[in-house]
Amino acid sequence: MIVDRRPLTFWEKLYLPAIIGGLKVTVRHAFRTLFQGKAVTMEYPEQKWTVPENYRGAPYLVKDQDGNTKCVSCQLCEFVCPPKAIRITPPGESGKLADRTNAEKMPAEFEINMLRCIFCGFCQEVCPEEAIFLQKDYSLTGTSREEMIYNKEKLLSLGGISPGIQKWKHKLEEAQAQESFPVKV
Amino acid sequence: MDWNFIIFSAVKIAVVIGILLTMVAYSVLAERKIAAWIQDRVGPNRCAPPFVKYIPVVGPFLTRLGFFQPLADGLKSLLKEDFMPAGVRKVYFWLAPAVAMVPALLAVAVIPFGSQLGAQKMVIADLNVGILYTFGIVSLGVYGIVLAGYAANSKYPMFGGIRSSAQMISYEISMGMSVIPVLLIAGNLNLTQIIGWQSAHGWLVLYAPVSFVIFLVAAFAETNRMPFDLPEAEQELAGGYNVEYSSMKFALFFLAEYSNMIASSAMMVTLFFGGWTLPFWGLDHAATTLGMGIAHILVFIAKMLFFMVVFIWVRWMFPRFRYDQLMDLGWRRFLPLALVNILVTAIWLWMTTK
Repeated sequence: MIVDRRPLTFWEKLYLPAIIGGLKVTVRHAFRTLFQGKAVTMEYPEQKWTVPENYRGAPYLVKDQDGNTKCVSCQLCEFVCPPKAIRITPPGESGKLADRTNAEKMPAEFEINMLRCIFCGFCQEVCPEEAIFLQKDYSLTGTSREEMIYNKEKLLSLGGISPGIQKWKHKLEEAQAQESFPVKV
Repeated sequence: MDWNFIIFSAVKIAVVIGILLTMVAYSVLAERKIAAWIQDRVGPNRCAPPFVKYIPVVGPFLTRLGFFQPLADGLKSLLKEDFMPAGVRKVYFWLAPAVAMVPALLAVAVIPFGSQLGAQKMVIADLNVGILYTFGIVSLGVYGIVLAGYAANSKYPMFGGIRSSAQMISYEISMGMSVIPVLLIAGNLNLTQIIGWQSAHGWLVLYAPVSFVIFLVAAFAETNRMPFDLPEAEQELAGGYNVEYSSMKFALFFLAEYSNMIASSAMMVTLFFGGWTLPFWGLDHAATTLGMGIAHILVFIAKMLFFMVVFIWVRWMFPRFRYDQLMDLGWRRFLPLALVNILVTAIWLWMTTK
């Protein structure tokens, strides 16, 4: 399609209306930013994004409602971790017992190398005890590589408390849903 | 030899260069801040030496304003690695930043930045051919850019250099032509005398507004500012004539650009806006007291800063001209307009002075 372009009038050819219009726009923006505080930028280290629910940030270990370690050192997450960021040291035969009932053991050491972690969430997916969750931290900084390897103590303190294990409840709900699912014969 | 003259000239040169370089540093900051405000951003607001946070109100305010940013920028430029690519033409490569910087500083020599302080005229060199001197010096500035483009032995700087040579030569003609009506009206080439004429008859922008518009646009083109920054078009030339430069050599090109802006702002103020004069508060005569002398200098600096802000303001408003549009504007619009302007002014003067 050919659009007929209207030839510019003499006034328009002078560029002056366009120039003045442009100056007005820029001054308006400068005035708004300067005196009405309408800058669109976020002053990052002081202000931070509030990330949405289910955001996949850094994986941390969580404690149960009594403040005990949930992890049972099964090493599934270590096995599944694509970049091999997780390293678990099991307690061994004579190691310390788990600090909660219903659990045989807990890890002697649990390390996540945050420089390797790709925040994929496989560890959370695979964990049978619901002991590791990807949480909302997205800005992990350190001054050395050693500092970026988070140990068990640090992971537990950062992870916070997550209420009791929900997986049996979830299994039950799934089973009940299967019962009442209308299956076509 | 007149020792008095030598000493006072040396002091004036030292002070003017000092103030000029400070203004250059802070105009970089002004550029960044104003650019940020126009683009709804905040701009540099972090940089501060450690003791500043102990100053109660002023310290945080200055930090928010980015007051210490130029210090950090300067230090960074000096400490960065001065990398010289293989295959550059070494002599010219070293020479080019200096050739760009020196004319920019020299152009300030003839500008009367105040009336009198005591018995001293506030101008470094009160030349009879002040304007011609300025044009001569300013046109040397193009050599720095062309040399930089040639010396780098790389295609994009070469393009930048070629563009700048064509652009600056084209607009120099319009610029020179635009000033002729001013000279016709004032009847003098000496900048001090031109200011004297303006304090008696009113600012020359009222007599020669067309000249002012042409001069303003040509000044943008001469200083390689938007919308005429073809020599350093980042999107087209990967940065332009200064691509291969680093560290302080790179910074010198920018300092030269900003000194050029200051020099051309000063020229505009001197030629069209009455220099250090103001039509009220008795500021339109040469100062007799020390306070008035300082007031005149401040008036001049204030007018100059206004034009600096205009330079920066316009930068964030216009898209860059295409090369043929640039040439079209220079040769087919402004040159005829300037010639007609000379003719009309001459006829008008001839009619009125009979």
